[in-house]
Amino acid sequence: MSLITTLARLEAVDSGRAQPLATVRHRHLTDRPLVIVPLTTAGEAGAPLGALVGTDREAPRLLAVAQPRDRDLRFAFLAELAEAVLPHIEAYADVVEPAERNETDPATGKKTKVEVELCTDAPQLIVPSRAGIEFVRLLGRSMRFRRTAEDDPETPYPAPARVPLLGRWLTHYGERARVPGSSLLLAATDLLNRHWATGQSSLEDQHLGALLAWIDPPGGASGAEAALAAELGRDQHGQLLCPPAGPATDPAFDNRLLAPAIETYDRARQALAAAEDGLAADGRLGELSTAEREIRSLLAKVMLPTWDKVWQGLDLLRELPEGSRAEDRWTRDRWSFTAHRDRVSSGEPPQPRRDDAVTAAQKLASRETAQAQLEAQEALDDPLVLAGRRLAGEAFLADVTDVEMAYTESKRPSPRPLVTLRTDERPHLGERTKVYRSLDGKPQTAEFVRYAQEPDQEGEVLLVLRIMDRMGRGKEPAPGSLPEPGERIAWTLFEHDQRGGPKLPDPEETPWTHGGPPGADAATRAEHPDPVTPEDLL
Amino acid sequence: MLATALGSPAPFGQSQFAFMRGNAFEAKVKADGGAELLRLLYERLGGSSPAPGPDAATPDLSAAGPEGRAARTALALREATAAGGWALLDHPMLALEVAGSPAYLEPDAVVVHPDGRWTVVEIKSFPMIDASADAAKVGAAARQAAVYVLALERVAAVTEGAEVGHQVLLVCPKDFSNLPTASVVDVRKQRAVTRRQLTRLTRIEDIADALPEGTTFDPACSPQELESAVSSVTAAYAPECLAACELAFHCRARSRAEGAVETLGRSVRGELGGLTTVAGVLAAAAGKEGDPADPTVAALRRAAALRAEALESAAALRAQAPEGAAAVRGQAPEEAGAACR
Repeated sequence: MSLITTLARLEAVDSGRAQPLATVRHRHLTDRPLVIVPLTTAGEAGAPLGALVGTDREAPRLLAVAQPRDRDLRFAFLAELAEAVLPHIEAYADVVEPAERNETDPATGKKTKVEVELCTDAPQLIVPSRAGIEFVRLLGRSMRFRRTAEDDPETPYPAPARVPLLGRWLTHYGERARVPGSSLLLAATDLLNRHWATGQSSLEDQHLGALLAWIDPPGGASGAEAALAAELGRDQHGQLLCPPAGPATDPAFDNRLLAPAIETYDRARQALAAAEDGLAADGRLGELSTAEREIRSLLAKVMLPTWDKVWQGLDLLRELPEGSRAEDRWTRDRWSFTAHRDRVSSGEPPQPRRDDAVTAAQKLASRETAQAQLEAQEALDDPLVLAGRRLAGEAFLADVTDVEMAYTESKRPSPRPLVTLRTDERPHLGERTKVYRSLDGKPQTAEFVRYAQEPDQEGEVLLVLRIMDRMGRGKEPAPGSLPEPGERIAWTLFEHDQRGGPKLPDPEETPWTHGGPPGADAATRAEHPDPVTPEDLL
Repeated sequence: MLATALGSPAPFGQSQFAFMRGNAFEAKVKADGGAELLRLLYERLGGSSPAPGPDAATPDLSAAGPEGRAARTALALREATAAGGWALLDHPMLALEVAGSPAYLEPDAVVVHPDGRWTVVEIKSFPMIDASADAAKVGAAARQAAVYVLALERVAAVTEGAEVGHQVLLVCPKDFSNLPTASVVDVRKQRAVTRRQLTRLTRIEDIADALPEGTTFDPACSPQELESAVSSVTAAYAPECLAACELAFHCRARSRAEGAVETLGRSVRGELGGLTTVAGVLAAAAGKEGDPADPTVAALRRAAALRAEALESAAALRAQAPEGAAAVRGQAPEEAGAACR
């Protein structure tokens, strides 16, 4: 946490209200995000208990599992989840625009432009918390290797038809969520924490109810009081007034309400199985569906508050205007979505359990680039973020006092004008340190030359920069490409655009230090479905 | 109970689903005299010993009271080591001195190798998916196992031919099934940390000596009495306490009332130098207090000035676009231009 963020948090403690950390919204929000509020069974890996899904805040779709340890019921849930999520994803897959992509011709090694399709928009998923993102990954992992009866008629316990496909999509979303600045899959807590500083620690900020209590306290209470009520408030039955945002449930809910309801359901099911004639079976079927309805209503009751809070958080975020460069990052998300759509439609196998060395290195490198790019873009979009960088000496605001023409000493002299700036800031400048400013959305580079004047009484210095580029091809700089005296300009010491690192070898050329080429064992390394056992709980 | 009596109950508890699942998994791993468990252990830590057969010893460790069980465990360990075969001790009882008073520990299992090595086994019900598990949970399990290793070392010191392995076996469900899989965890680091912390702990008698005469933590007392009793013991609250300690909400309330900056996280303290209270930091930032020559105060003032300036410029920009959020969104490019102009 930087000092300026700490200060914002302390101000929040003092005022009892969360303080802004951003003046614009740094993440793209689509018009119709799909909100998913999942719940899982305590102690089980990826045994979902239920979910609320939907794009309409007034009409969430309730999915519930009456007995999470029953394989058939779990499959029914996953099939229903696929029916709720996949149509939303597929609705975006066919709306495309033409785009160009640079590709290297494998035969000649030349770079050529290729006409490709790019989806005009991408489906966005929102979950309540960071644990929800992990749960989406886990669900994806648990589903993508399942076999359906169509894949393999011999497979024991075949999965419903669209479940493996949903697994692949959720895996893609979970993986994309690890790229800094991406917006395909977002957690409401992360979104809110990016834009507001509360008067509590970042650990406590993971509680969606407490976080919203600081940002938008109900009924004029102080943030701290409202947050405490959200954390600990219980009704007369010992149930939390603000249930956890999931996927984990409150143990008190499990023990006092859910466990008895599931037991009733189990007994009703046994009774139905033991029924001897049609009339008795009818009655017991009624009991079974009553028991099931009871579980559904219990789950709905603990998920609905979270559902409302996610939408409340989205409302708060929509009040902020979107940062102009968030759109650029969203375009990358659209590319990512389009690429996965193509992989699915071309019949590629599901994502492997472990990435090979080259893919893993590529992912890491692209995440590092995305991180640096995100930091630069947020600072350029938002004066408040820039303030943090200025405090760290990585950017500065300065008034232009003088522009003096100078040229290179080559045969065809190019302009290298010297600009004198006045500032009271102390950026970390050394000889020929490169600094950048944004000129019509593109970065213009300058080099630090010298200090023209040491600090005066007001602590202001004069410094001289040499402009290096973006002045056109002519001998004289193109109009508007130079700073004007009297202008106040923000300069940064970090680059605005991030170049990717050096190209990585093809998978076939993986060096021995990294396990060597996939080679002959590639066929044996093909992913097999997870083993299933008859008494398998999951 | 104390926390509830103080009016800040901590939301701890275990779901019976998790509890049942954990027990069922442990029973499955230890079924048939621990055959599956010994197989997993032999695969990963067997060394040159012969494979464990169905004759592996599973001594009965039941006895009256924790002292009795601890003594019975020590005896069983000695016998098994002398016998020179495989032995599985199911839920042994170990004693360890913590802050001057004995604490009794119950590992899931301890295995005696034919060569006299003892290995601690931890059975956990969180899954190992694609051979990797949640790092935080594995870390917690390793710290727990390190304490068992320390306690076992005390027994091994008085047992001939015995040695405690610094590698423990962590057994977890594989992927999404209830089939067990295992992984070897080296706990040397955690053991060293725990050993150091144990020697540095203030002895309970010393803490008790420092308390005023007649202090009691009986939950039946009035909240005021308890409040003063608890506050006579110093506590260094940090947000991490919330995940571990039942009194954390009480300590947090006290820490907040004192205005301590640590309520925002331990790291905050590092960058604020000598300023320890919220009011103190804000006064220094506002220029009301503090020595401007102090680098922390100077940085704070500059941070406050930069923050105020940025918020003002953003507010001014928004005032220029009074048509509401939609209009501002349309004008986003100009706004960004202004921000970095």
